[in-house]
Amino acid sequence: MSTTVIPELPGQEIPAESRVNYLNASYGVKSWLLTTDHKRIALLYLGSITLMFFVGGFFAVLMRLHLIEPQGALVAPETYNKLFTMHGVIMVFFFLVPSIPATLGNFLVPMMIGARDLAFPRLNLLSWYIYIIGAAFTLYAVISGGVDTGWTFYTPYSSTFSHTSVIPTALGVFITGFSSILTGLNFVVTIHKMRAPGLTWFRLPLFIWAMYATSIIFILGTPVIAITLFLLGLERLLHIGIFDPAIGGDPILFQHMFWFYSHPAVYIMILPGMGVMSELITCFSRKRIFGYTFVAFSSLAIAIISFLVWGHHMFVTGQSIYAGLIFSVLSFLVAIPSAVKVFNWTATLYKGSISYDAPMLYALGFIGLFTMGGLTGLFLASLATDVHLNGTYFIVAHFHYIMVGGAVMAYLGGIHFWWPKITGRMYPDGWARFAALVIFVGFNLTFFPQFVLGYLGMPRRYAVYPTEFQVLNVMSSAGASILGIGYLIPLIYLLWSIRYGPIAGPNPWGAKGLEWETPSPPPTENFEEIPVVTADAYDYANVGGSRV
Amino acid sequence: MSDMAVHAPHPPGFKHQFEDMEQQREAGSLGMWVFLVTEIMFFGGLFATYIIYRTLYLTAFEEGSRLLNVKFGAANTAVLIGSSLTMALAIHAAQAGKKKSEQVMYLVLTMILGALFLFLKFNYEWRADYHEHLIPGFGFIIRPEWGAAGTHVPLYFCFYFFMTGLHAMHMIIGFGILGTLTVMAHRGRFSSEYYAPLEVSGLYWHFVDIVWIFLFPLLYLIGGRFALPGVH
Repeated sequence: MSTTVIPELPGQEIPAESRVNYLNASYGVKSWLLTTDHKRIALLYLGSITLMFFVGGFFAVLMRLHLIEPQGALVAPETYNKLFTMHGVIMVFFFLVPSIPATLGNFLVPMMIGARDLAFPRLNLLSWYIYIIGAAFTLYAVISGGVDTGWTFYTPYSSTFSHTSVIPTALGVFITGFSSILTGLNFVVTIHKMRAPGLTWFRLPLFIWAMYATSIIFILGTPVIAITLFLLGLERLLHIGIFDPAIGGDPILFQHMFWFYSHPAVYIMILPGMGVMSELITCFSRKRIFGYTFVAFSSLAIAIISFLVWGHHMFVTGQSIYAGLIFSVLSFLVAIPSAVKVFNWTATLYKGSISYDAPMLYALGFIGLFTMGGLTGLFLASLATDVHLNGTYFIVAHFHYIMVGGAVMAYLGGIHFWWPKITGRMYPDGWARFAALVIFVGFNLTFFPQFVLGYLGMPRRYAVYPTEFQVLNVMSSAGASILGIGYLIPLIYLLWSIRYGPIAGPNPWGAKGLEWETPSPPPTENFEEIPVVTADAYDYANVGGSRV
Repeated sequence: MSDMAVHAPHPPGFKHQFEDMEQQREAGSLGMWVFLVTEIMFFGGLFATYIIYRTLYLTAFEEGSRLLNVKFGAANTAVLIGSSLTMALAIHAAQAGKKKSEQVMYLVLTMILGALFLFLKFNYEWRADYHEHLIPGFGFIIRPEWGAAGTHVPLYFCFYFFMTGLHAMHMIIGFGILGTLTVMAHRGRFSSEYYAPLEVSGLYWHFVDIVWIFLFPLLYLIGGRFALPGVH
């Protein structure tokens, strides 16, 4: 906590407990389950997705335990198929997609733009209930014997041959999609219509730009996966020949429609993380962001290009080679805005006054891991190398570097950064830095060997492997256990801090941004008076000055 | 500005998160437009799939299309366009500050036309399809006169029932919305200052109408019906 500054704001001498805030404004289960306060809904989401994260993580633990032995140490191959499927489904649809938007986004979007709430608070609550119903269906599928199609539900296996709970799972994903749509709709309207006076588009924090870009993907992409899963369900029930080639259906069409959403969904998972990054990097290097407009527009560029690259998942599954060529070029294009961001964060660090608080450790980890994940993506976007690497552990490692090394690191960094704002309490800084380090080491030990395994030709989704791959697999499993412990540590000290952590004050990091101009935890209406903004975002050169 | 919002008496229907009525109205309208974009993507995925299979199995889809009752389809098109008109008139009545009985009348008319659409659709078209064994999953019988194309006629009907069913579901939801609006109008909630719920629901109702405007030619008309006189 050496670098923590607690500035004295008028009216902040009173301890948080004696002041009315969104947490103590009302009590009881009903006051939470019927709340329309975006901050409380954010916490409802936080609890639910944390639960889903540990459920999905549990399946990962079982998989890594199983793969210690070449012949498989733990489960039958059929069970292994279910493990990786349920790990993927739960982590993608029930943790990563809602992670930052539904928790930090819900909490911060109104606060960062100086609004009292989102535009449609009841719709916001509804989106949480929809999420819960979707999660219930999927958990029912898990309990009723699981599902073994892979999270991609490829046909005709999923529509004709699999004897597992495909329909409840698909229904769960289908339902949850509507919670994403409603969140995206709420964010777009709120950002367009509810900014505080003086808060022009180019004064917005970059987190807001990232949320806006993410919302566009929610709105345009999610309905398509909904209709695709509906058609899949129809095919499975009626065997009518939509996707089953044996009766004239087109399985490749399923892949097209699936990836039309699911590739943009990859950017749903990473764009919010990029938004968090811009906040963390500027705060902990005490500098304005380098190239604000480039970072802002790169978010939009990523959102738009993300809709034009889906075919790179299908280079070897029967798509025309000319389509493959075009998708390959477009996939290379999406690397440009991603690289713009990485370079701009790095340039922001240059000659900055850097402090290594826990959120910043996650941010620095993100830059390295995301860059590795991104660069290895280029190998997969190249037609020739993809033929060798497709369907191997190289892909598994690549997207875990983006999804876990990128998105989860940013998520944890964001949670640590805004935790004092959310709860009004500080967590033990030493433990937090230690956990960040454990996660970084555990992550790399888990997934770096998988790059090598994949390059050597070990296919993904197999329950057994040749003995020469055992050393690397044991390394990966050892890393996974370190990673698992790394995730448990924050769970413990963050919960501890809610009760026993020191009072944080309104702005423990000396950060800029409207959310830091109001007490911690904020009052229900966020601001006593709607602020008037007169300066750009990240005005760190103006030390001690206020944006309001 | 915020002081004004706090201290001035709230106009009816004002929500606390907004600064003023103008902002609230704009937010509601934008929200509905964004929602309609998601609807377009939803139906768009379905339309795209339909068009792909229609191209692949043209003969089968034409066979199927000829079995639809184009008279009911055309009548229903007129009914829906009429309901869009009465919806627009209901909004106009509120906007122009007409008395509430006029708003209620137009809303009820809209509901009656909506109900007529569903009645014709379910009671005449779908019921006849059921008796002619044209519903996949409910005793569909492939007829010998379809020849080789016959194996894919069920696919056409699968799309037909899915697309019109989804459309009908949207109408039923619209029905619930219209019912709520009617109660609100009856209680005198709408005025020339405050009619946003009417306007926004109107957008939805028109959208449902427009979906049908695409469904009708796609399903009923382009089946080669008019290229083959004497059939039906």
